[in-house]
Amino acid sequence: MSTPDLFDIAQKEAEAQGSFARTVLCCGSTACMTSGAQAARDAIDEVVAANALEGEVRVVSTGCMGLCSRGPLVKVRRRGEDEVLYADVDGDAARVIAEQHVVAGTPVEQGQLSLDHPFFARQERVVLEHLGEHDPNRIEDYILRGGYKALERAVTEMTPEAVVDVVLKSGLRGRGGGGYPAGNKWALLAKAPGDGKSVIANGDEGDPGAYMDRTIMEDDPHRVLEGLALCAYATGATQGFIYVRAEYPVAVRRLEQAIRQAKRNKVLGKSVFGTAFAFDVEIRIGAGAFVCGEETALMASIMGGRGTPVLRPPYPTERGLWGRPSLIQNVETLANVPTILNRGAEWFASIGTEKSRGTKVFALAGKLENTGLIEVPMGITLREIVEDIGGGVADGKPFKAAQTGGPSGGCIPAEHLDTSMDYESLQALGSIMGSGGLIVMDDEVKMPEVARFFMQFCMDESCGKCLPCRAGTYELHKLLVKVCAGEGTASDLDRLESLCEVVRDNSLCGLGQTAPNPVLSTLRYFRDEYEALVVPAAAPPATAADGASAQDGRA
Amino acid sequence: MADQRPTTPERAERPRVARAAAKAAANGNGAAEDPRDKMLTTQLKKVRYRADALIEVLHAVQDIYGYLDPVQLRRVATELQLPPSRVLGVATFYHLFTFEPKGDHTCTVCTGTACFVKGADELIAAVEREFGVPEGQTRADNALSLLQARCVGACGLAPVALVDGVVVGKATSESLRKAIDTVGVAPADAAGGAA
Repeated sequence: MSTPDLFDIAQKEAEAQGSFARTVLCCGSTACMTSGAQAARDAIDEVVAANALEGEVRVVSTGCMGLCSRGPLVKVRRRGEDEVLYADVDGDAARVIAEQHVVAGTPVEQGQLSLDHPFFARQERVVLEHLGEHDPNRIEDYILRGGYKALERAVTEMTPEAVVDVVLKSGLRGRGGGGYPAGNKWALLAKAPGDGKSVIANGDEGDPGAYMDRTIMEDDPHRVLEGLALCAYATGATQGFIYVRAEYPVAVRRLEQAIRQAKRNKVLGKSVFGTAFAFDVEIRIGAGAFVCGEETALMASIMGGRGTPVLRPPYPTERGLWGRPSLIQNVETLANVPTILNRGAEWFASIGTEKSRGTKVFALAGKLENTGLIEVPMGITLREIVEDIGGGVADGKPFKAAQTGGPSGGCIPAEHLDTSMDYESLQALGSIMGSGGLIVMDDEVKMPEVARFFMQFCMDESCGKCLPCRAGTYELHKLLVKVCAGEGTASDLDRLESLCEVVRDNSLCGLGQTAPNPVLSTLRYFRDEYEALVVPAAAPPATAADGASAQDGRA
Repeated sequence: MADQRPTTPERAERPRVARAAAKAAANGNGAAEDPRDKMLTTQLKKVRYRADALIEVLHAVQDIYGYLDPVQLRRVATELQLPPSRVLGVATFYHLFTFEPKGDHTCTVCTGTACFVKGADELIAAVEREFGVPEGQTRADNALSLLQARCVGACGLAPVALVDGVVVGKATSESLRKAIDTVGVAPADAAGGAA
């Protein structure tokens, strides 16, 4: 048999899994492993072995279940009964759960977490649908859940144009931050003349405070591969690259393994599903450079060079890797594609808002009760995320601001908690959707310090190619240090603001253009904090008036 | 950017001559062969001496030797047929490459946004104080290096630190001190106020 029979593989896997009456799903994500998930898994395995139940109980280490702050998480399923989720499962708790619930059949009260908990109930999982359910190490588990069906249907029944059309109609936009319509990019590459086209999955998640792409690559690597293969088929590309941060070794390992499995099953390689479509994927590893998230810098890095961006146009779809047409798409964007093909553009377009369709994965972190990875329909309000899903600010403290978009984004203050989380609304507030980092701050956090933190990051990460960014971020950082130390003057704040505009308007790439955002947005909403820090000037009334008018002008 | 993908046979042939020359030079010095050099050869073969694999090769050098030393950088330039300036330029561009050997143990404190908000700077200060090692440096007795990382992607557990690569989640000064203790690093006063 030369072409893979997905139905056959799925059926065998279903039979194999169906022979177990009980299933224990242990979260094996990085966060839970850190909290001691291995000890939990070992204890469960031990109890199962001691009771000679290996043929009855299936124990699986799954991908991220989401609620990282309450890990390690363990789910117990017994045929014909409701599943039970346990939180904070250390080795001892796992032993008790295994003995009482898995073996004897009586759920344990301690550590039980309701699945109706708003953290879970308010989410809508598309990209993360398999996480916490399947074993990311096995292609069979992915196929069982409908994996590679979209690719098979596309290459055997659909024309490339039809695939592009579905993505266009779905309204899918880039999830890396910019929000450029994916379908438009695909259409551009498809139309670009010449061969040797490549498609690149951008897994260089540089935003310090975000780990969506990491989790997708680690816990559902085949979904990324399928999305990339669909993109290649639609655009006429034959080579794919996945650019992964070197800080994510597990993601690299899982993706490499997934590529091997996919090739062995002939869903990738010289003849995908026995058709004339040939597609190969290589992994490229970064080496720690935030600027490599910018597409031209990323391509320079794939070609083994310094990750310095170049002016666009020409866009990568005209002149990309090795001078040939290329396309770069964020990992999360690609991960949406198989589901869009399976369930249809109309279905996808029905989620979210008019201009921001579908869901968005956020890494919810900072001073919240519940932190972790969430996927919500776009258009949900920030309040729902913070208060319902996040469980409110930790220790009952007041909410001060949420930061989205990392070093390129901005803060959203309490008065805008009812903002809809979509590309345009966030931009209107001076922030951006970004890649999905969402960090909540309470009243202990000082906003000028936050601005200084991000500016230091951008200064360190500036590639040095263009002056406005290289020298501008340095000068901005120096000013912010001065202000934070209480040594600044009111005129420093004005300089800060005007320099921000210079850097924003004159930098070559997105890094420099967006670096001032955290400063401008904290100045816009928390100017009083800056003003409280600066040394009063000789003529206080005039300075105060200046400050107030500047604030009105910006708000 | 202008670099074409080196797939032509001529291009693949040429490094062999250079490699033979490099090997002869090494033998001429009469030094015993370092087993690590062979490991690097294996890695170079794996990437088929492609110039565009420079970053992978530099990762391999750092994995094998612990850091990038000038001798190895020169070898990489020869083997991949790249100007030494290009190799050094790339090596210095990326943060993960280091030109100095690390200590026997490393403590890396994450300073990503979530960790920053939850007090990563206090963790750094605590390790500096208790183990007598300044941030970004290695203690004089070579026992411990204290480094920063820009987000290790475990933000749900912030603040986070890594001790010899093992993640310490929801870290406190106390739990981090214990973790460093456990790998066998003596506190500053016991080590004679080193560094």
